[in-house]
Amino acid sequence: MSIDLSQFFEVFFEESFEGLDAMESELLNLEPGKEDSETINTIFRAAHSIKGGSGTFGFTSVSDFTHVLETLLDQVRDGRRTLTTEHVDLLLKSVDCLRTLLRALQSEQEPDLTEADALRSKFEEILGIAEATACESNDEKADEITQSTYQIDFKPKAHLFKTGNEPLFMISELGELGEIETQVFHDAIPDIAQLHPDECFLSWRFFLTTDSDSKAIEEIFEWVEDDAEITITVCGGIFEASTETLSEPESADGKSAEISSASITPPKEINKKAEPQKNNESSTSTSIRVGIDKVDSLINMVGELVITQAMLSQIGEQEITESTITALQEGLAQLAHNTRDLQENVMRIRMLPISFVFSRFPRLVRDISQKLNKQVELKLIGEQTELDKTVMEKISDPMVHLVRNSLDHGLETPDKRIAAGKEPVGTVTLNAFHQGGNIVIEIMDDGQGLNTDKIRSKAIANGLIQAHDELTADEINELIFMPGFSTADEVSDISGRGVGMDVVRRNIQALNGSVEVASASGVGSTFTIRLPLTLAILDGQLVQVARHTYIIPLISIVESLQIDITKVSRVGKDLDVLRLRDEYIPILRLYDIFNHQGAIEELDKTLLVVVESDNHKVGILVDDLLAQQQVVIKSLEANYQKVDGISGATILGDGRVSLIVDITGLIKLSGLKRPGTQELLVEQQGSEVA
Amino acid sequence: MSERIQLNQQLSLGKQQDENQYLTFMMADEEYGLDILAVQEIRGWEEITAIPNAADFVKGAINLRGTIVPIIDLRLRFGISSIDYGPLTVVIVVSVYIREQQKVMGLVVDAVSDVYSISEEKAKDVPDFQDSNNAQYVSGLVNVGEKMVVLLNLAKVLDLNAK
Repeated sequence: MSIDLSQFFEVFFEESFEGLDAMESELLNLEPGKEDSETINTIFRAAHSIKGGSGTFGFTSVSDFTHVLETLLDQVRDGRRTLTTEHVDLLLKSVDCLRTLLRALQSEQEPDLTEADALRSKFEEILGIAEATACESNDEKADEITQSTYQIDFKPKAHLFKTGNEPLFMISELGELGEIETQVFHDAIPDIAQLHPDECFLSWRFFLTTDSDSKAIEEIFEWVEDDAEITITVCGGIFEASTETLSEPESADGKSAEISSASITPPKEINKKAEPQKNNESSTSTSIRVGIDKVDSLINMVGELVITQAMLSQIGEQEITESTITALQEGLAQLAHNTRDLQENVMRIRMLPISFVFSRFPRLVRDISQKLNKQVELKLIGEQTELDKTVMEKISDPMVHLVRNSLDHGLETPDKRIAAGKEPVGTVTLNAFHQGGNIVIEIMDDGQGLNTDKIRSKAIANGLIQAHDELTADEINELIFMPGFSTADEVSDISGRGVGMDVVRRNIQALNGSVEVASASGVGSTFTIRLPLTLAILDGQLVQVARHTYIIPLISIVESLQIDITKVSRVGKDLDVLRLRDEYIPILRLYDIFNHQGAIEELDKTLLVVVESDNHKVGILVDDLLAQQQVVIKSLEANYQKVDGISGATILGDGRVSLIVDITGLIKLSGLKRPGTQELLVEQQGSEVA
Repeated sequence: MSERIQLNQQLSLGKQQDENQYLTFMMADEEYGLDILAVQEIRGWEEITAIPNAADFVKGAINLRGTIVPIIDLRLRFGISSIDYGPLTVVIVVSVYIREQQKVMGLVVDAVSDVYSISEEKAKDVPDFQDSNNAQYVSGLVNVGEKMVVLLNLAKVLDLNAK
């Protein structure tokens, strides 16, 4: 009967926030003057559903505010008004404001309406005050007209309870329609001896002040029409009438007791007490939206798993013969297959494209660049790169910090850029990609780069280093990650309080990740965040070096081959290069880099695993190739520390630990320099600028 | 059997206030003590996976029920010459907070010895031996009967990044 609307609050909030996100991104796509009707429609629809939803749930502050917003959008949609930049700004601000309002409502707090009112009056200004006030007074009038008081006499027959009806539900439902005064008549209650607990002896009189019509009231009592006498009459329309009735003889004669509106409130109070708890829970446990196809495929896989299990147990009951052993092996192979599929798909549920994080940056960049009077173009690359949801939630704040820093400190003002011979519009690029079990997020800007002299003198002033310390440029750049370090000439509200970079690093390290900076003066700087795909599964090639087993990520392997000794030539003192078709592949001796004794050193007796990393191909020399298998990545850092050339560890089938080779780290570790490196470096910088 | 009784006696003693319990182990004829609350378990020596380019005292990593745990040879950490590992070699698995991060590590020692309850005042007695690099690893010296026990500062011993 009566439905507790609060159970839908979470859904409403979730949908509203999504709607706001949609509005925001569409607004950012809008070019004033050239608005596309589809875009406007999308924004309008989002605003409309928020208004509708909030109206349904009684969040009038939100629905009222959205109403003016909608009015403006409606006019734009009908072509009665063209959208200007100010309008877009105002709309964006109202998106923020709505978000704040909804957050407050979500956490059961009284929303602060000052900003909403300010924005609303601005909207009304745009819409034309006269129109707005007319509209408002209309609303008010409408309210007044529909407000009326009903007297409802409700005399249920004795068998009411037997029909499964509960008067309390109806009363509280009535209470939701408006203000209610209740009188209960208990003069029909017999002596205790005659009292049947399953019969109803009470009757009620309600005075309901509501803006709903009598139909709504009739609907409430629709189910009990035949089991009760119900009379609904319209009173004078003034609420005072109901208070007068309280002093009527009936209520004074002692036989009828008055249950004032207070008796209605208990159920409401219970509701209110329950809600904050729910919301507290929701703030810690978040939901995840999973495509139905993913769920379906999971169900399929579990089905297959059950079938395989049944098959195996059937085999297990039979007598062991050769044929059962073959069947058993087949069954086990299928089980392995099913398990792997299932594992992969379960992992995929937690993986979301990084565009969820990236999508907030266009707005951020727009706002900050306006504030700083800089012209910025934001490029997003690799938005579909998938990332564990937990990792994603935690990486977004550090990324915001880094992007802000790039905008504030990195990029120059247009005139400075022109003076430096660059395009007046600066570029900030966010790039995400997978690399050997890691996700790498790069934040690149083509600004002035880090000022090593300034950092150095600042660090000396802050006592982080001594004046006589000799530091390389990289070491100096590292200093920006020290606590209490900020080089901004002036502390701005965007960045420069000196609490930034060390917090960024700490947050990322808490995720077992790392952040590095590379910078070239006048060319720009690149922050590289590396995050492990926690829980991630990796396809690995097990290789043997001396008595050690390592795992090379299959994804980075190009090919594995036996070395044709005639095509190997020695470059410099100790680097061998293999000519493979048209390419020269430097040979990295794994045993040498990892300092292991007892490996095969003769090139013709070993195998070469050609891997690719950052468009560089190198060959890794191993003693032997073992199996290929999927491995669960475990952190070596958690209890130890970062090991160069190793991205993580795993546990093999026999329980032994095996380490996973980090190709990029390995190349770095080998100190590989090869012909053409210089050109490649230039090329990379070029792509950063572009 | 008698050992167990002794241990029980020590344990019951440990319930007194201001007393900490220490697990002691032998290494090169010296007795060292660890805060017993840091000790997770004691294991035998098993085959281990080497970590490339690690310091000599980092013997490698083992799989401890799904967690990768590095193993440190305390002899080498203290600069004492190492001995061959045998079936009696013991690995004490400890859990320590190092720079606010909890780490689980294994320590290779010669043999586990005893459990003592030592009052804090007694244990605070730290001599000043500045000249030794190992001094920072020691949190105190304490006499138990005729023997001297070196109490270790595990957080320092296992902080591999310290210079």
